Amino acid sequence: MQQRVALPHKQINADLLNITLKAPLWWWITVGVLGLFVLAAFSSVAVLVNKGLGVTGLNRPVMWGLFIVDFIFWIGISHAGVMLSAILRLSKAEWRRPATRAAEVLTVLSLLWAALHPVIHAGRLWRIMYWAFPYDFSRGIWINIRSPLVWDPSAIFTYLTGSALFVIVALIPDLAVIRDRTTGIRHQIYSILAMGWRGTPRQWKLQIVAGFLLSALLLPVFVSVHSIVSWDFAVAISVEAWHVTIFAPYFVIGAVHSGVSAVVTMMVLMRWLFGWHAYIREEHIDALGRLLIVIATTWLYFFFLEFSFALFSRESQEIALRELQVFTWPWWPLFLTFILAGYVIPVGLWLSKRVRRSWVMMFWTSLLVNIGMWLERLIIVIPGLSRKTPFSFDWGTYHPSLIEVTIIVGGYAFVFLLLLLFAKAFPLIPIFDIKEGQTLSENIKIGRRTVPALRVEE
Amino acid sequence: MVIEVIERQTRKWQMVVDVDKCTGCQACVIACQVENNVALNSDEIFRQRRATEWIRIERYWEGEFPNVKARFLPVLCQQCGNAPCEPVCPVFATYHNDQGLNVQVYNRCVGTRYCQNNCPYHVRFFNFWEPVWPESLRNHLNPDVTVRSRGVMEKCTFCVQRIRRGELDADREGRQLKDGDIQPACAQACPTDALVFGDISDSNSRVSGFAENKRKFHLREELGTDTNVIYLAKVDAEAKDRSHA
Repeated sequence: MQQRVALPHKQINADLLNITLKAPLWWWITVGVLGLFVLAAFSSVAVLVNKGLGVTGLNRPVMWGLFIVDFIFWIGISHAGVMLSAILRLSKAEWRRPATRAAEVLTVLSLLWAALHPVIHAGRLWRIMYWAFPYDFSRGIWINIRSPLVWDPSAIFTYLTGSALFVIVALIPDLAVIRDRTTGIRHQIYSILAMGWRGTPRQWKLQIVAGFLLSALLLPVFVSVHSIVSWDFAVAISVEAWHVTIFAPYFVIGAVHSGVSAVVTMMVLMRWLFGWHAYIREEHIDALGRLLIVIATTWLYFFFLEFSFALFSRESQEIALRELQVFTWPWWPLFLTFILAGYVIPVGLWLSKRVRRSWVMMFWTSLLVNIGMWLERLIIVIPGLSRKTPFSFDWGTYHPSLIEVTIIVGGYAFVFLLLLLFAKAFPLIPIFDIKEGQTLSENIKIGRRTVPALRVEE
Repeated sequence: MVIEVIERQTRKWQMVVDVDKCTGCQACVIACQVENNVALNSDEIFRQRRATEWIRIERYWEGEFPNVKARFLPVLCQQCGNAPCEPVCPVFATYHNDQGLNVQVYNRCVGTRYCQNNCPYHVRFFNFWEPVWPESLRNHLNPDVTVRSRGVMEKCTFCVQRIRRGELDADREGRQLKDGDIQPACAQACPTDALVFGDISDSNSRVSGFAENKRKFHLREELGTDTNVIYLAKVDAEAKDRSHA
């Protein structure tokens, strides 16, 4: 049952642009505090560049550490945007309207931060251009296209370009709204950004067609990005935990799980911070909760497959590795937390409608999912490398250094900061989409009851 | 620009490691360290678990106390014919040359460390810190070998500088390269002659003589890496397993 509130268009403009046109004091304070965290993170990067990777906790067996764990995590978060916007747009799900912009923006911003991880983590990051943008044509030396690390940047940059276009196409009508409500330099900037939008039928048609086309084009990219990230691991023949054929779908569905949960967290926060109670309603988080139950259960199935495929070979090294992941200190409490936080607790709670419609519960359960999913990546990457190989020279594990932790924590502040800055410049809920939903809505009578319905123009 | 292609005779370098002869004295480790400008491994570096030993002696204990035997296994880059480290490098910093060597190009390396993750023998080393030598050792560096900066991977090259020098010397003197002309530092330093190096395509070389040896095995053969280092198993009565690894 949808609880629709009929609002005049003026009211919608004023509500959804409240942060953009005049930012409250808490916005400035939060931006300042987050800025300090980001500064700390980038100073740590500077130290790392200056001194070398010795300042991290990485060592001989564990050559990839928290940076890679966090890289997979943020790429995973970025899967929310297309999953929600494209699929729900193509399937014309009505409840998508307030969630799409937030999801798309989260995609772009988390991709931006994710793409920095492999750069920071490289030994000589000043020579990274080589790898991401092969420039060395004159000597006839190309990048090695057999390496998953070459597929990575191409997938990420395609996804970044596509989802940025997606955001911009959906932003144009809203930019025109802001243009008409500002003066001076801001008016001029928004005039340029709005690209002459007047809301003519032709413009609307083009905008809608572009949105649908981009949705359809981005779907295969979205599947490929995390598949390719998973192949960074799956092609490694000599690391037992990584060399699993099911990794690509397992990673993609895990990414959707954590990404959609992040959107739920973000929507609850938006409602609370910006006071958009009339726009983000219980029906929306209810729908997302139901979607998440399906996604999470599919993910659990793939997780089970991954584990059983590994044990099925009955190789002693494989079994020893799973033992390390599940039963050995310090991994067993992390593994237990991961299973409980990633699936058991949130999905168990989401089965109840009261939880799905409770803001507080949805906030904490969706946050819990992402804690679980972060641990999942940790449990794949680190024990995979710190397992006991046949050569005892290399036995050991890994403890992240303060520098690494600062960069990781600063990354969360970075994405949150960018989100707040975005909210200052552009509305986080698509104004035109909300209005469209209102225009199309009508109440129809079924028997004695009046129910909300949607007018569809063929 | 015209690139002059030097025609080289087809050679395939291999090394034979006779585990039965190895006493675990570590002379090869030191010789390699000196020959190849490998950074000094201080206590602190060992504690950080970032030591660099292009060739290392793995030690295994066999049997129960008091009948314990120490087993030694020298492990160096296996110069795999089908090397897992090569396809994963995004910038071709590691590739296969025409003599079957797995070559590391320091200039191209950006330090993704993927090759080390994918190396089943763990013989690739990353320079976590800028290598520093004490003043007294400044002049000891080998001028034929690049001093690696921080942020790049390095590994055993089968002393490629000695191979090139040997080939050039033979060319200059107008003679054929003969078996034993080229010796990597580890093989040269080995007091028990446990390490033998040579050209497997030359049927008269010493390494070719071991090709059909009954004690022959490869490390982690099950991975199909087609290694160019051949091990000869221990022969004493207690040695149960052909392959310790």
